[in-house]
Amino acid sequence: MALATRTAKPPSLIGSVWRSTVGKKAVMAVTGLIMLAYLVAHMLGNLKVFFGAGEFNHYAAWIRTIGEPFLHHEWFLWLARVALSAAVVLHGVAAYQLSRRDLAARPVKYRGRGRRRASYATRTMRWGGVILGLFIVWHILDLTTLTVNPNAQEGRTYENLVASFDRWYVSAFYIAAMLALGLHIRHGFWSAAQTLGVGSPRRDRLLKALANGLAALLTCGFIAVPVGVLTGVVS
Amino acid sequence: MNLTLRIWRQRSPEDAGVMTTYEVSGISEDMSFLEMLDHLNEELILAGDEPVAFDHDCREGICGACGMVINGRAHGPERTTTCQLHMRHFSDGDTIDIEPWRAAAFPVVKDLVVDRSAFDRVIGAGGYVSVPTGSAPEAHAAPVPKPVADLAFEHAECIGCGACVAACPNGSAMLFTSAKVVHLNVLPQGAPERESRVLDMVGAMDDQGFGGCTNTGECATACPKGIPLQSIATMNREYLRATLKGAGRRR
Ligand code: HEM
Ligand code: SF4
Ligand code: FES
Repeated sequence: MALATRTAKPPSLIGSVWRSTVGKKAVMAVTGLIMLAYLVAHMLGNLKVFFGAGEFNHYAAWIRTIGEPFLHHEWFLWLARVALSAAVVLHGVAAYQLSRRDLAARPVKYRGRGRRRASYATRTMRWGGVILGLFIVWHILDLTTLTVNPNAQEGRTYENLVASFDRWYVSAFYIAAMLALGLHIRHGFWSAAQTLGVGSPRRDRLLKALANGLAALLTCGFIAVPVGVLTGVVS
Repeated sequence: MNLTLRIWRQRSPEDAGVMTTYEVSGISEDMSFLEMLDHLNEELILAGDEPVAFDHDCREGICGACGMVINGRAHGPERTTTCQLHMRHFSDGDTIDIEPWRAAAFPVVKDLVVDRSAFDRVIGAGGYVSVPTGSAPEAHAAPVPKPVADLAFEHAECIGCGACVAACPNGSAMLFTSAKVVHLNVLPQGAPERESRVLDMVGAMDDQGFGGCTNTGECATACPKGIPLQSIATMNREYLRATLKGAGRRR
């Protein structure tokens, strides 16, 4: 056995990572963490809405100037958009392929009802992920391309946002999606640590606490904005 | 005690199979679960029926043959093997569902017997160490630090029963494979194949049609030998390390 030599050309790094369930999961973990880092910054920026239209629109305009004069106007923004789109697509495609495989690997359900150990957050990763995917599409159409925005004035980000959230059902959908996000991160952050092999018994409690903290922080921070609009604090 | 058993009966791999109800009486609480099934089978044989086929060998919790799902839980309500599960954990009048392991990689052979040879192929891909032939080496030639020896022993406890696969909602063999990989990868004797072992065993695991890990933790809860969920994270780390190391050598 030990003398067997491998003569075949080794497969490419990307190919072998993508083909393996462990490698593909690592892709999900890395892209998930990239999106998570972005969301923390996004949430903090959103809170500027509580300082009024002037400051918020100024902040939105500043985003377009990041990296100048090294980068041209809006180049940073477009780089971030490309990277995030790639992350969403890779994450979603890997999730779809792995889920298909997982369902096929366990074709028959048990009749007997066992006790489930997995938490609600763990059991809702797939459907929660689908909700997040739909949410991302709607969110871009509403506040980035302004396609479905009732105000739709380029450069008047604050007014567009208020006009959108002034409809209670839009706020309700947004809040539901943010609750789904919190659940996704609650399991996802800890799961990514497992996938990337940085978890250890010593760090387990810390990682779980971090996952819960991040999930709560993001959910509350994002929800504050529609709640502010609905209660008239932001108008 | 008297019990109602609902057991999966399937004549052959091609047969559709069906849950069949049996009543048993005179069960002592000191019987093991397998002895209870023996009791049922004696009655079935006397009545001219086909006995229920189930796997078993050592009946002392070390061979891993006796896997079955009892009331939806691999090896039943206690964290042990079915042969070590005693009837005192059930009450008179209980109805007990008994099913085979369910996983695409473990096809049913007959009744409660499944084919677990997919595990053998995972082991064959890398569950070995290479040793030079000739006289046995001096036992102290390769010192093993105590914590490392403990870790290796903890993982060597895996008996290949397949409860982890049966309990996993994805039919994933990650806990089993990680037990085998970690067992050998932490030891100096396993060092020469450290990278090829994890890459080949994960590859074989995928080839056998097991699902992927979603970190639900059902496996470690079901494992009669207490292989920890952490082993999967350790194997993931070994896999990523080996992959990146291989990438460095690849031109
Ligand atoms: C496009 C929409 C999305 C879909 C379809 C999706 C789906 C999934 C699925 C199915 C998993 C695996 C769950 C499991 O292992 O049990 C997962 C894991 C994860 N997701 Fe998402 N998700 C989406 C969006 C997001 C977003 C926006 C974030 C950013 C915070 C995120 C962060 C994570 C993380 C960190 C993991 C853990 C990766 C791992 O277990 O190694 N996901 N996602
Ligand atoms: S890891 Fe545990 S449950 Fe899985 S095969 Fe080994 S002993 Fe059985
Ligand atoms: S018969 Fe050997 S472990 Fe149960």
